[in-house]
Amino acid sequence: MAEHFVCNISELAEGDVRIFEGEGLEIGVIHHRGSYYAYQNLCPHQGGPACEGLRLPQVVDVIGDGGVFLGQKFDEDDMHIVCPWHGYEYHLTTGSHVCNAALKLRKFGVETRQGGIYVQI
Amino acid sequence: MTFTPGNHLIEPSREDFDSEQHLAHAKQQAVSRGYEDFLIVDVDSHHYETEAFQEIAEYIDDPVLRLEAKYQGMARGGVTSIDGSYQEMTGRVTRYPMRRREKTPPTIHRDITLMRRWMDSMGVDMACMFPTPMLNIATCPRVDVETALARAYNRWLCDNVLSEEPRLTSMLYLPFNDPDACLAMVEEFGDRKGVIGFMVTSTHYKANNDNAYMKTYAALQERNLPLGFHAAYTWGDQSTRLMNRFISVHALGFVWHNMVHMTNWIVNGMPERFPKLKTVWIESGLAWVPFLMQRLDNEYMMRSSDAPLLKRKPSDYMREMFYTSQPMEMVDNREALELTFKMIKADSQLLYSSDYPHWDMDLPSTIYDLPFLDESAKRAILGGNSQSLFKLDPVFAPWKLAHRAQCQDAPAA
Ligand code: FES
Repeated sequence: MAEHFVCNISELAEGDVRIFEGEGLEIGVIHHRGSYYAYQNLCPHQGGPACEGLRLPQVVDVIGDGGVFLGQKFDEDDMHIVCPWHGYEYHLTTGSHVCNAALKLRKFGVETRQGGIYVQI
Repeated sequence: MTFTPGNHLIEPSREDFDSEQHLAHAKQQAVSRGYEDFLIVDVDSHHYETEAFQEIAEYIDDPVLRLEAKYQGMARGGVTSIDGSYQEMTGRVTRYPMRRREKTPPTIHRDITLMRRWMDSMGVDMACMFPTPMLNIATCPRVDVETALARAYNRWLCDNVLSEEPRLTSMLYLPFNDPDACLAMVEEFGDRKGVIGFMVTSTHYKANNDNAYMKTYAALQERNLPLGFHAAYTWGDQSTRLMNRFISVHALGFVWHNMVHMTNWIVNGMPERFPKLKTVWIESGLAWVPFLMQRLDNEYMMRSSDAPLLKRKPSDYMREMFYTSQPMEMVDNREALELTFKMIKADSQLLYSSDYPHWDMDLPSTIYDLPFLDESAKRAILGGNSQSLFKLDPVFAPWKLAHRAQCQDAPAA
């Protein structure tokens, strides 16, 4: 396993992504709520650059007593990575597709130390 | 912005957009699969004529309407629009909000540059292009406006795009609410460079077996120009009004109107009346075809008196028609897809289409990677079938030609 220095912590603001190439792979590192997540920038759907898309929270249908539809809201605790080619959505913290857990972005370990962000490939 | 992996932050708020960067992975697929060895034709792609609408409006003859059109523009409207609504996925598909920021050189028409960029990225050599919001002018309650806009668009496209770039073609829009204008359109534009057929947007509330259209069909048949039915939906239809989410309206709407047109076409014996007129069914995916074949065959055996012009089963006629591939239903249904390919005789009748840049676009790899197709079937579907149907003179993407030349020049190892 090779370790790859991505950038300094100070260079990756909350909500941002940095895409780098390491061991022949494009990998995106996302900074979300103080943690760092690394995925291959390759969507299992048609091969799109999944990490280059938006991050949007899970949409929730709010159902009240008796099965009555009350409206919609975002679940900010379940942030998604949205592939920009067709909109496939993946849970940001696991990389699993929101409708089919068998469909996953390839995940890599991330470490932060001495002000730097490192990814294990 | 030029995105360089390793030294750039990618943010949705970035200022520029670059189709080639957005589709960099498509280009990798094109190279790794060896697309330079064969012709790829995309029979259904789009541009955003909204950006050139002021130019298009100049082609409207009526000075009053010309001014109205220039003032109002040609947008699909906001969140309440019956033809657009939130199709663009609230920014999830980033090329929608960002495409306007893409920079193009001033020396060549922007639409040509943008078309070339995505085509080159995907490995597409030739494309049949359609407008985007103007596909829905059929829903305009003013028939004369639809006709005037259709003619203006067709003239603009022929003069500014098709005449300039041999890789670009189109099946031109027929203003179906005005049958005489349809005929006039075929007569005026049938011989123009890059015109490979004509197209009806399938939300029209006109039956295609109406006697008023027979002259148009005869004119198309005589010129050997195919007739396309390009699917579309409208949220204004009585049935789609029952649906509250775009996924529902799109999933059903894009199939429903083509099913209506196909059923009228078959039951009224149009393939017998115009045996040489080829039809192309565009952007409804494929799953509806086996469904309709089975429904119509089953009922025809009991009620052939309702379709007395037919000499064979409905499915026999449908198997002789052409279908564009996108949006190909391909989630966990390999067996169904394979059977569908068999039922529609995909090897000779299926035409690859991307629908780029729309949200449900398909890359050539959706066909190329199918395990049940051999290499010759893949190449036929990706380009060969279109080449014969539309009698295309192949024009290859410059990068493919350069790549081939490079390989020829390379000394043998
Ligand atoms: S390639 Fe990612 S959503 Fe299609």
